[in-house]
Amino acid sequence: MNKFIDPILVLVLLLNFVVLGASRMRTLIQAVALQGILLGILIALAHGSLMVWVALMALVTILLKGVVIPRMLFDAIRDVVIRREVEPLVGFIASLFLGAVGTGLALLFSQTLPIARSDMGSLIVPAALSTVLTGFLMLTTRTKAITQVVGYLILENGVFIFGMLLMEAIPFLVELGVLLDLFVAIFVMGIIIHKISREFSSVSTRMLSELKE
Amino acid sequence: MNMILIALVTLFCGGVLALVFNRSSRWATILGAGSAVVGCLVGLWPAFQGLLGGGVYSFRMPWAVPGGEFYIRLDALSGFFLIPVFGLSALASVFGGNYLLAYRDRKRLGASWFFFNFFVASMALVVVARQAVLFMVAWEIMSLAAFFLVTFEHEKKDVRVAGWIYLIASHLGAAFLLAMFLLLGRASGSLDFDTFPVPGSIAGAVIFLLALIGFGTKAGLVPLHVWLPEAHPAAPSHVSALMSGVMIKLGLYGLLRVLIFLGPPAAWWGPMLVVIGFSGAVLGISFALCQRDLKRALAYSSIENMGLIVLALGLGIWGLTGHHPIVAALGFSGAFLHIWNHSLMKSLMFLGAGSVMHGAGGRDMERLGGLMKRMPHTGGAIVLGAVAISALPPLNGFVSEWLIYMALLYGGLEFSGGGSVVMLLGVGVLALVGAMALLCFVRWVGIVLLGEPRSEEARHAHESSRWMTLPLAVLAGLCVLTALFPGVLVTSFAGVINEVFGFSLEPLQQAMTDSSALTVLSGVNAVIWALLGLVALFSIRARRRGGVAEDSTWSCGYLAPLSSMQYTGQSFSEMMVSRLFLRSFRPKMRVVATQAVFPVAGKMTTSYPDTVSRVVYQPMFTWLAGHFARMRWLQQGKIQFYMLYFVVVLLFAFAWQVVRHWLHYE
Repeated sequence: MNKFIDPILVLVLLLNFVVLGASRMRTLIQAVALQGILLGILIALAHGSLMVWVALMALVTILLKGVVIPRMLFDAIRDVVIRREVEPLVGFIASLFLGAVGTGLALLFSQTLPIARSDMGSLIVPAALSTVLTGFLMLTTRTKAITQVVGYLILENGVFIFGMLLMEAIPFLVELGVLLDLFVAIFVMGIIIHKISREFSSVSTRMLSELKE
Repeated sequence: MNMILIALVTLFCGGVLALVFNRSSRWATILGAGSAVVGCLVGLWPAFQGLLGGGVYSFRMPWAVPGGEFYIRLDALSGFFLIPVFGLSALASVFGGNYLLAYRDRKRLGASWFFFNFFVASMALVVVARQAVLFMVAWEIMSLAAFFLVTFEHEKKDVRVAGWIYLIASHLGAAFLLAMFLLLGRASGSLDFDTFPVPGSIAGAVIFLLALIGFGTKAGLVPLHVWLPEAHPAAPSHVSALMSGVMIKLGLYGLLRVLIFLGPPAAWWGPMLVVIGFSGAVLGISFALCQRDLKRALAYSSIENMGLIVLALGLGIWGLTGHHPIVAALGFSGAFLHIWNHSLMKSLMFLGAGSVMHGAGGRDMERLGGLMKRMPHTGGAIVLGAVAISALPPLNGFVSEWLIYMALLYGGLEFSGGGSVVMLLGVGVLALVGAMALLCFVRWVGIVLLGEPRSEEARHAHESSRWMTLPLAVLAGLCVLTALFPGVLVTSFAGVINEVFGFSLEPLQQAMTDSSALTVLSGVNAVIWALLGLVALFSIRARRRGGVAEDSTWSCGYLAPLSSMQYTGQSFSEMMVSRLFLRSFRPKMRVVATQAVFPVAGKMTTSYPDTVSRVVYQPMFTWLAGHFARMRWLQQGKIQFYMLYFVVVLLFAFAWQVVRHWLHYE
C-alpha cells in the first residue's frame, strides 16, 4: 500500500506550486479542493485496511475539504462579487521561488527530526512542512480576505498530512474534531468576509489596518 | 472516602448551580452560599486530621494536560492552612449571603457566587496539590476568581483600577513561580512534588529568591504589597475578609512548602526574612495610621501583620541555622500561631467593617461615628477584634506577639555580635509597631463607633441582621478561645514545624516550658476575663436596680456641641503622621490659599499615596512603557505582517533544530 502514498504526496506538493502560481481565484480554489480530495484518499491508503471508521473518515474529509468548503468559497466569490484576480503583495514568480526554497528546506530539515526509522524514507514529513510553509506564504503575501481563507486551509492540510504519522496514535475522534474545527473556522471567516465587504465595500484586508489602535 | 474530594466537588458544583440560577438572586444565594457552607464543613474534618497527623489522604488521577497529573495529598502543613480556608470561608459565605442581597435590585448575584465558590475550592486545591502543574492551575484559578470577586462593583472606576493592579501583580508573581517550578523540576525531570531533589546551594538560593518574590507578591510582603491596599477595599467585605484572612496566607504556605523542598536553610535566609518582616511591619502600620477608608486601613494593617509573621519565621530560621533551639522554637511557634490569629482577627475586622458599611452606608471614616449605640452587636465584635489586633493582653494577638518578643529577647541574649544587636534593637522596633497599631485601632474604633454621627447615613444606621452578626460572634468567640488555650494550639503545631523544618518535638516543648510561660499567659488572660465578667455582672445588676441616668457626654463647656467639633480621623493621627514620620511617608497636602481681602472659599486636599508605589513602581512602569512604545512599529495593523511574525518564529525554530542536529553529529 505504501507505494501509493509517495506519488500522491508528490501530487500534493505540485498542487502547492499551482496554488502559489495561480492568478485566478477559480484555479486557486479548484487546486485546494483537489488537494483535499487527495488527502482523503491518502487516509484510506495509509491505513491499508478498509475498516468502517477509516472509510468514514476518508469520506468526511473528501466531502468537507473537497466539496463543501470549496463550494462555500465559490459562493462567497459569487455573492460578494469579488474580482476574480488574486492580488499578491509578492509577485507570482517570486512566490514560486520562495515556495521552491521552502520545499527544499523542508526536505533538508526533515532529515534532522527525531522520527521513527520506518517513517524516515517517506515523503510525509517534507510534504507536510512544505504545505504548511505554502499556507503561510499565502497568508503573508496575498491581500484579499478570501485568499487568507485559502491560505489557512492549506496550512491545515499541512497539519493534516503530519497527522498521518500519528495515524495509529491519534484517535479517530480527535481527527474528526480537527475537521470540525476547520469547518467552523471557515464558516466564521466566510461571515467575516461578508462583514468586511459590507463595512468597507471591498474585501481587501488592507482596510483592516484602519482598525489598529 | 476521600472527604477533601467531596468538599471540592460540592464547592465546584454549587458554584455552577448558582450560575445556572443566576436569574433568581434568592436561589443563587441559597445554592452558592449553602453549598459553600456544606463543602467547607465537610472539608474541615480531614483538615483537622491532617494537622494532627491522623489520616493521610492521597489521591492520584492521570490528567491529559502535558506534564500534569491530578495528585493531591494532605499532610500536616496542608491541614494547618486548610483549617482557616474552610473554617473562615464557611463563616464568610454565611455573612456574604446576607451582605450581597443588598445588591439584588442592581446586580445578578449568580456570577459572584460562582466565583466565590471557585475561589474557596481553588484555595483548598492550592493547599493540597502535590504536582506543580496542578498547583499552578489552582493558583491561577484562585487569582482569577479573586479578580472577578474584587471587580464586583465594576461600574465604579476605582474598583476597575484596583482590579487591574491586582491582576497585574498576581500575574507578575505567577511568572516567578513558573520559573521556580521549572528549576525545581529540572533535576528530576518530573513536576511531582515528591520527586523534587534537594538542589545545590546556588540553585537553592535562586529558587528561594524566586519563591520569595512570587509568593511574597501574594503574601503582601514589602515592597511587593502595592496591590493589597487597592484590592481589599474594592472587594465586597466577605471577599476582603477571605482575601486578607486566608488568601494572602497561602503565599506563606507556598513559601513554607518550597522550604521543605530546599532542605536545610542557608544562613542568610533568616536575617533576610527578619529585615523584610520588620520593614513590612513598620511600613504597613505607618500607612494604616493615616487612611480615611476603613478597609484600606485594615488592608495596611494586614501588611503589618504579614510582616510580623515573616519576621517570626525569619527568627525561627535564624535560630535554626545558628543552633539556638529556643529561639527557633519561639520564632516558629509565634509565626504559626500568628498566622491563625491574624486570620481570625482580620476576618473579624473586615466582616465588622462590612457590617458597618451595610448598616451606615459608607466606608469613609469621616462620615461615620456614634455607631456603638446604633449597632451594638457589630460594635462589640469590632471592639474585641481591635483589642486582639492591637495585641493587648486578654486576647490572642497578644499571645503570638509575646512569642515573637520572647524570640527576639532570647536571640539578643544568646546570639553574639551583630545578630544580638539586631535582635535587641528589634525589640524596640516591635514595641514601636505595637504602639502605632494601638493608635491606629483606637482611632479606627473611636472615630467609627464613638462620638456623634458625622453624616445623615450614619445617624440612621441600623444593626445588621442576625446572619451577619452571627459570624462576627463566632469569630470573636474563637479569638477568646485562642487567647485562653494557646498552649494546646502550639503543641498541635509541632507536627507542622517538624515537617517543614525537621525540628523535633522535644526541644519545642522544652523551650515552651522553659522560656515562654504560655501557661502563665493563658492564666493571666483567664484572670482578666474573669474580672471583666465580674465588672459586667455588677454593671448589669446596677442597671437592674435602675441607678442609671442618661445624659449627653460632657462637651467641654460648649452649650451646643456639633458633630463637626469632634476629632476627625485625620486630626486624631495628625501628630504622628504629619510631625513624626519621615517626609516621604507623610500625606501629600495641597492648600489653595485665598489671596482676596474679603472672605472667599479656599480649598485643601490631602492624599495618601503609597510611598513604595509612588517612588518605585510608578517611575518603573512609566520607564518600561516608554521603552515598549518603541516596539509600536511591530504593530502594523496588517494581518499579513502578523502572519509573517509567525513564519519568522517557525523558521527560527526549524533553524534551531537543524543547528542542534548538526552540533550533535559533528
